[in-house]
Amino acid sequence: MRHLLSTADLAREDAIRILDIAEDMVAVGTREVKKLPALRGRTVVNLFFEDSTRTRISFEAAAKRLSADVINFSAKGSSVSKGESLKDTAQTLKAIGADGVVIRHGSSGAPARLAAAGWIDAPVVNAGDGTHEHPTQALLDAFTLRNHWSAVRGVASTGSDLAGMRVAIVGDILHSRVARSNLWLLRTLGAEVTMVAPPTLLPVGSGSWPCTISYDLDATLAGGIDAVMMLRIQGERQHASFFPSAREYSRRWGFDDARLAALDTQPGRETVILHPGPMNRGLEISSAAADSPRSTVLDQVSNGVAVRMAVLYLLLSADPQRPGAL
Amino acid sequence: METFGATQGSGPTGPASVRTVLSEADISRVLTRIAHEIIEANKGTRDLVLLGIPSRGFPLAQRLAERIARAEPGTDPAAITGQLDITMYRDDLRHSTTRTPAPTRLPAGGIDGKVVVLVDDVLYSGRTIRAALDALSDLGRPRIVRLAVLVDRGHRELPIRADHVGKNLPTAASEKVRVRVGEIDSENGVPVNDVVIVGQP
Repeated sequence: MRHLLSTADLAREDAIRILDIAEDMVAVGTREVKKLPALRGRTVVNLFFEDSTRTRISFEAAAKRLSADVINFSAKGSSVSKGESLKDTAQTLKAIGADGVVIRHGSSGAPARLAAAGWIDAPVVNAGDGTHEHPTQALLDAFTLRNHWSAVRGVASTGSDLAGMRVAIVGDILHSRVARSNLWLLRTLGAEVTMVAPPTLLPVGSGSWPCTISYDLDATLAGGIDAVMMLRIQGERQHASFFPSAREYSRRWGFDDARLAALDTQPGRETVILHPGPMNRGLEISSAAADSPRSTVLDQVSNGVAVRMAVLYLLLSADPQRPGAL
Repeated sequence: METFGATQGSGPTGPASVRTVLSEADISRVLTRIAHEIIEANKGTRDLVLLGIPSRGFPLAQRLAERIARAEPGTDPAAITGQLDITMYRDDLRHSTTRTPAPTRLPAGGIDGKVVVLVDDVLYSGRTIRAALDALSDLGRPRIVRLAVLVDRGHRELPIRADHVGKNLPTAASEKVRVRVGEIDSENGVPVNDVVIVGQP
């Protein structure tokens, strides 16, 4: 595999290899010289057709810590607004000499098209495409979950998976590429997944996914959950009315103070709360929950750099004629 | 001494082209001598840190630390031993398939101002040690860096030499030197006896 386009086709050993290497990369972030020379002289282009704060900054930090040169491209303010096609943009990047492309696009499948079309010969990393996938987010979530799960079980995290862990993914499943990427990866790593959402925010076909579907957050939490992943209500993608009011959504599917307090009444279960960000405080997650010791939101951000370093290293460090083992 | 092929499984080559240059007992004696050399050169174990280069340098560093602790009571072998991964610093990364890095683990005291002894199994071109020196300078500033190797087989490509050598082994460049240690190498699930062999690939 030369590209990272989805977690659905990521084998278990490849996923664990990425997470293990990411563990070494975390250590690099704590050193005095936070830099490795592995990608010296290589150029990574961050091709962002959609807005992003943490993913772009995270990929940029990851590439720079591996000593790669980084070119940031955002559709706003570029020739894309003059009508340039993805093909012409890709060929421009090829002419500039890009060794790797990190792409975020509003259309599902754009990274796969870029990887397969032959416009450019570089490895492609999907940084989120439409409502399809966001594999590095799923990998950093899995990394955060694995740290927690191995600590709970008292085993070494290196080489371990998420077997037996119960994870609930809650909220706007319909528009969420994070939910899809996480589902495939968490299943590959052996976790049990429950999707919790109002019926209007579940996509057609979700009944055939390898997970449990629930409409009731409290019942799911009462059943014993090791990690709750709250998803952002994606206002910018919601062109219809999916729930009566923000207050009603928040009361039934938001992680509010009452649900946070209820977690403390379940002894023996160290449930953590994840959120991929950016958070709508007061809507899908309350401030108390977001800032509680159970929240891993900031860990996820710093783990994101390490996971992306591992991915860029695996895809870009080797001889391009002899593709990496990822 | 040409018994290797029959008893240890020498791979595709026959026993005739393979010879054992260090047996398990030889390796044990060599490590004991190097341990004493390190203590002597350092005039004790003050500020001493042993960093093994994965994969086989690390168990060798552990064994040296145990022997040093035996000779100098009051030394905690685990507290002076670490592992230094050099994968990301190799100069041939882009000329091969993707290499999986190993963890770097430094002793709690770090390496600033310490006497660091790098430990590896075979010294050949010197490129691994060049990479290790670069990696080291990103981690801190040791007072002195020394190099201990089990086997020096010659054919240096860089101006690098070892301070402590288990065995100087004249080889042809076409020959392969293989070190196997019980901590890492196994055959059919059974740890092998420590051995250094040389032969045509």
